[in-house]
Amino acid sequence: MNPVVGVDQAFWYILVVSAVLLTLITVVMIYFVIRYRRSRHPLAADIRDNWKLELAWTIIPTLIALSMFVVGWKSYTGLRSVPAGTVEVEVYAQMFSWIFVYDNDKESENLLVVPENTPIKLNIESIDVIHSFYLPAFRVKADAVKNYPTYVWFQTQGPGEFDILCAEYCGLDHSQMLGKLKVVPQAEYEAWLEEY
Amino acid sequence: MANPPSFYETPAPPGLKGIKAWLLTHDHKRLGLMYLWAILFWFVIALCVGFLLRIELATMGPTIMSARVYNSAFTLHGVIMIFLFIIPAIPAIFGNFFLPIQLGTDDVFFPRLNLLSWYLYMLGGMLAIVSLFSSGGFPDTGWTFYVPFSVGTKHNVPMTVFAAFILGMSSMLTGLNFITTVHRKRDPKMGWMQIPLFTWSLYATAWVQLLATPVISITLLLVIVERVFQVGLFDPAKGGDPILYQHLFWMYSHPAVYVMILPGMGVISEVIPTFSRKAIFGYKAIVVSSMGIAIAGSLVWAHHMYTSGMSDTAVFVFSLLTFLVAIPTAVKVFSWVSTLYKASIEMTPPLLLSLVFIYLFSVGGLTGLVLGAAGPDIHVHDTHFVVAHFHFTMFGGTGFAFFAALHYWWPKMFGILYNFRVAYIATTLTTVGFMFHYVPMFILGLQGMPRRYYDYLPQYAQGNMLAAVGGVLLFFGVMLMLANLMLSFRQRKTASANPWGGCTLEWTVPSPPPLHNFVTEPVIKDYPYDFSDVIAQIETEAKVEQGKPD
Repeated sequence: MNPVVGVDQAFWYILVVSAVLLTLITVVMIYFVIRYRRSRHPLAADIRDNWKLELAWTIIPTLIALSMFVVGWKSYTGLRSVPAGTVEVEVYAQMFSWIFVYDNDKESENLLVVPENTPIKLNIESIDVIHSFYLPAFRVKADAVKNYPTYVWFQTQGPGEFDILCAEYCGLDHSQMLGKLKVVPQAEYEAWLEEY
Repeated sequence: MANPPSFYETPAPPGLKGIKAWLLTHDHKRLGLMYLWAILFWFVIALCVGFLLRIELATMGPTIMSARVYNSAFTLHGVIMIFLFIIPAIPAIFGNFFLPIQLGTDDVFFPRLNLLSWYLYMLGGMLAIVSLFSSGGFPDTGWTFYVPFSVGTKHNVPMTVFAAFILGMSSMLTGLNFITTVHRKRDPKMGWMQIPLFTWSLYATAWVQLLATPVISITLLLVIVERVFQVGLFDPAKGGDPILYQHLFWMYSHPAVYVMILPGMGVISEVIPTFSRKAIFGYKAIVVSSMGIAIAGSLVWAHHMYTSGMSDTAVFVFSLLTFLVAIPTAVKVFSWVSTLYKASIEMTPPLLLSLVFIYLFSVGGLTGLVLGAAGPDIHVHDTHFVVAHFHFTMFGGTGFAFFAALHYWWPKMFGILYNFRVAYIATTLTTVGFMFHYVPMFILGLQGMPRRYYDYLPQYAQGNMLAAVGGVLLFFGVMLMLANLMLSFRQRKTASANPWGGCTLEWTVPSPPPLHNFVTEPVIKDYPYDFSDVIAQIETEAKVEQGKPD
């Protein structure tokens, strides 16, 4: 499964359950405030606790929270388990640009070209302060730290262009540290690799 | 019976006159008010800076400031809001003023230490001001001071970091004082299960302040050492480990968010029962959840670091613990809403602010679940989604609880009431502005706009424009709210000792209270939220009123 699908499902699951809970809390709260306003309900009941209710609203949210944890964790493992047969590219982050280095030593600044329908693995490192490689379209992000190499992987589909951003504040031109990901057909990719 | 003179007329120690009666005071109430003015000053400054940041972001490209100024401005906004406003706000102002009264005593355990802690707070603030104008200028690192950037930047990091260190000392001493006061100075007749929930929340907070703050203190000093002596603790270029810094930083700074929110929750736990004229639902569960949040909240720090490169095992553990800390928070929300059931609810500005708190804080808490989940967090980490999330919890949560506390205890602190109509208008304006300001940021974050961005891609323009419009409403809403409170000094509408019908001890003493707080020996209730006395008293007063010939 494409990890993007897993991550998006986790998003939807958590957001929808949260929206339902939020709506319930808000509606009940507003209803009580109107229904039990002093002019209509001058004397309050003396209710101090109810252990059954309290137990229920401890256990049920625990189960919901654990289910969210599991869904979130599964989608994370999708982002971390790199399949076989990837195209690997080295990524070096610097103030304020991205350097991509291919197997044949081809270098490119701020432009990452990869073939379609292929799993891509990026090995990421910084050469100065911390940056963070962020590719929103593929839901991946990893901090680039000097001397601490890390990776991300993603599965390309059809051709297209996507934004690459720096997500860890890195100084004056942090917001200008932008790159483009170009997904192209295999032949075009191979031709590009040979261009110097 | 005539009331004894209020603490305004009775300096402590005795004999001090004029400004000295304030600057050398040992009285917890005077110190609370001295914090109030200092903290409000910083709040307004940081609010203005935040407002300017959003105006800058309203349109693409440079709008009103350069990137260099912008980077220092968001750092300034964060540093002031965190260290000078939101951490001290509720404990230092309302905690100082009301914790001893709620415990039935005349002061905190260490009154002189309390004064020292105010001076440390002022010193920290002064250093922050000086660093603005010193060579290099205010840091451009963000309030997180991440290494190696903070070690390399030419801006004046050491002075600001040292200011944060001093402010940490101040916070620690306040925590120490509160813990000791709760244990050693509460009325001997008051058992643990008779302590009001606001004081309980401060007690839980105080432990976190005392135990977590030393971690950041050491870390901040190490940043200075690293900059000055280039020892290579954190800088990877010298063999240091920047991830170590992040662990140390968040080991304090995550527990610190509970230092920020727990007292706010305590305020809500006071306001809701008072205006419901009904016992708080699940007193014990709320006490346990406060302590649970303080303990579990201290073990989740690395959920700020899923993308840092730490091991997947660590991500697993911290994600799991993060979901568990959501439970005690949920218990509190359910308890507050249940308190309203079959209550007798009187709408007032503090109650309205508390209800808005419940809504905004729930949004903040629930979006925290998205960030706690490992996979989704990778996408939204360090984006505007996070900015919206923590402003919902810290501003919608603690900020609104702070506003609620101001409106709730204002008559007790100053003996005067403010204009309700303006307070309602200001609350509505602030809430509507808040939603327009921060909801677009959730969407921007989901679309992939990182935080701390001076400029952005065209696809983010619409959301940023909308957030700026909301920001303007929000800004004027808050200003109106504060102006309304200030105007109350001019109108001088006198408040009675118990204008709301509250049942904790601060409502049994005159407004404003006398120097030693209590005129007669405090009566400790078996259950702190038993309203039967209050109801009986109100009925008697009503009968007297009716009996009077008009």
